Amino acid sequence: MATHQTRATARIMMSPAVILLFLWMIVPLVMTLYFSFLRYNLLMPGTEEFVGFLNYKYFLTDPSFFTALGNTLTLVGGTLLITVIGGILLALVLDQPFFGQGIVRLLVIAPFFVMPTVSALVWKNMLMHPVNGLFAWIARSFGFQPIDWFAEVPLFSIILIVAWQWLPFATLILLTALQSLDGEQIEAAEMDGAGALSRFFYLVLPHMSRAITVVILIQTIFLLSVFAEILVTTNGGPGIQTTNITYLIYAQALLQFDVGGASAGGIVAVILANIVAFFLIRLIGKNLER
Amino acid sequence: MGSITLQKVSKSFGTTSVIPEIDLDINDGEFVVFVGPSGCGKSTLLRMIAGLEDLSGGRIVIDGKDMSNEAPAKRGLSMVFQSYALYPHMSVYGNIAFPLKMDGQDKAAIDKKVRDAANILNLTNYLDRRPGQLSGGQRQRVAIGRAIVRQPKAFLFDEPLSNLDAALRGNMRLEISDLHHQLKTTMIYVTHDQIEAMTMADKIVVLNAGRIEQVGSPLELYRNPRNLFVAGFIGSPRMNFIEGAHAATLNAATVGIRPEHMRISTTEGTWPGTVGVTEHLGSDTLIHVQSDGIGKITVRTDGDFPVEHGQKVFITPEERRVHRFDANGQAIQ
Repeated sequence: MATHQTRATARIMMSPAVILLFLWMIVPLVMTLYFSFLRYNLLMPGTEEFVGFLNYKYFLTDPSFFTALGNTLTLVGGTLLITVIGGILLALVLDQPFFGQGIVRLLVIAPFFVMPTVSALVWKNMLMHPVNGLFAWIARSFGFQPIDWFAEVPLFSIILIVAWQWLPFATLILLTALQSLDGEQIEAAEMDGAGALSRFFYLVLPHMSRAITVVILIQTIFLLSVFAEILVTTNGGPGIQTTNITYLIYAQALLQFDVGGASAGGIVAVILANIVAFFLIRLIGKNLER
Repeated sequence: MGSITLQKVSKSFGTTSVIPEIDLDINDGEFVVFVGPSGCGKSTLLRMIAGLEDLSGGRIVIDGKDMSNEAPAKRGLSMVFQSYALYPHMSVYGNIAFPLKMDGQDKAAIDKKVRDAANILNLTNYLDRRPGQLSGGQRQRVAIGRAIVRQPKAFLFDEPLSNLDAALRGNMRLEISDLHHQLKTTMIYVTHDQIEAMTMADKIVVLNAGRIEQVGSPLELYRNPRNLFVAGFIGSPRMNFIEGAHAATLNAATVGIRPEHMRISTTEGTWPGTVGVTEHLGSDTLIHVQSDGIGKITVRTDGDFPVEHGQKVFITPEERRVHRFDANGQAIQ
């Protein structure tokens, strides 16, 4: 495999795939960059012209930008909190031997297969609906005033929906990590006099730290771009209470028809995602090195 | 203090009985080795004493107190596992300190005990390392260190040397024996290696299919095996068993004679035979002889005995070292 010929052949054979993937990535990025420097409004065709950083200036000074940024971070943080803690607890439960374990595991994984729009609709109309929803019915049967989820706690409702979708993923990864824990280590700790809680904090949690890191990294990447759940349930409202960066860009492009501004927003989002990724890797990258 | 008594202890998984019923006394300060072939229940028995496995019946009494249903930590025993079971994300120091920390002792006391243990086991320079950065022998010593800091009533070793290479195994054998003389604590050691059993034990318990075949000091088992199983298991290379006509002349179903209890000569002797494979160990030579009418016999002789493949030889057993067994495999006294 190490001769010059085989290496050259390998490169030639790989090049179509590599070139295709590179174009796939670079063409949209370059086009977005190009659009972001144009005045490009769909309502005013033919007036496109170069405007420099004006689009960026408008996007970054828009007060709704900071709200959207805050909402994005809250959404990511809240969902991570619920899925990681919930995932650890669920993994601990599913790791115990009990009757029907296989079916229960399958059921736990099921939400991951439901597409975001469908699950958001189910949550909106069947669970959280203030009149017909299951939660409202439960509240009423206990004599409480039902909560109008999307009006009173809109962002929290979105977080719940997204967390429900991502909980199976976290559970699955954490469960496999848990199953790889050496049984003799637990027994040794038992002999050393460690109770269930100490065993969890001193052995199980450190053992799972790498899996937790993976869950946080992968989920953050996807959660920064949550969109379908918002579009289907709240449309970013009430006001802009559930507008995240992704939704803000969508609104700019397809509700205000300002392609230039939306492109600038898209580039800002890419930069923001890179900043988040940078800090994330710095913060927890040490965990992966071990 | 650390005497352990097993009274009618039994274990079954579902309907299969692994250990029928065992009675055993282990005195304070004794080094007891459980030895037997794989799957004979020796590890299960050890885990039952440790409290990691429930009893199906009987009682385990430690220092006069019934501990049959006590949690592992409450029994005051510590265990060294086959895989060492070190905590991978803690340093050597953290590993050794863990049982003390769980016991709620104060920092200064923990520090002193950990350093003492590290001193005994030559680990002082490695206290900051992680288990992953240590060699097999060092990991083994950390596992032992974690066991001794608690000052337990007894140590339980579950095949602790099986993951080490031959040279290291010899060293660790000495170190564990040394440790036993130093601490004078009861030790129970499980192994399938009869050499470990012979070299370390005060008392060997030979187990077969969950039953105790014989209990005794190494030399007692070597000199007076109670039955065929013990005779074949203790001693290396294993005892030669001769059945048939020759055994009948000695009023036995089987006679056994150890390789080292025979003389071999090229000129005269009781049993004529042909030399097969010879294994030269330097100090001794093991000669596998195909003897006419008796079968294959292994003979141990000194390293200078000149012999070739296919050569005619004569073997003479030492009459008073011949073991006789009846049809049930029990020794005839």
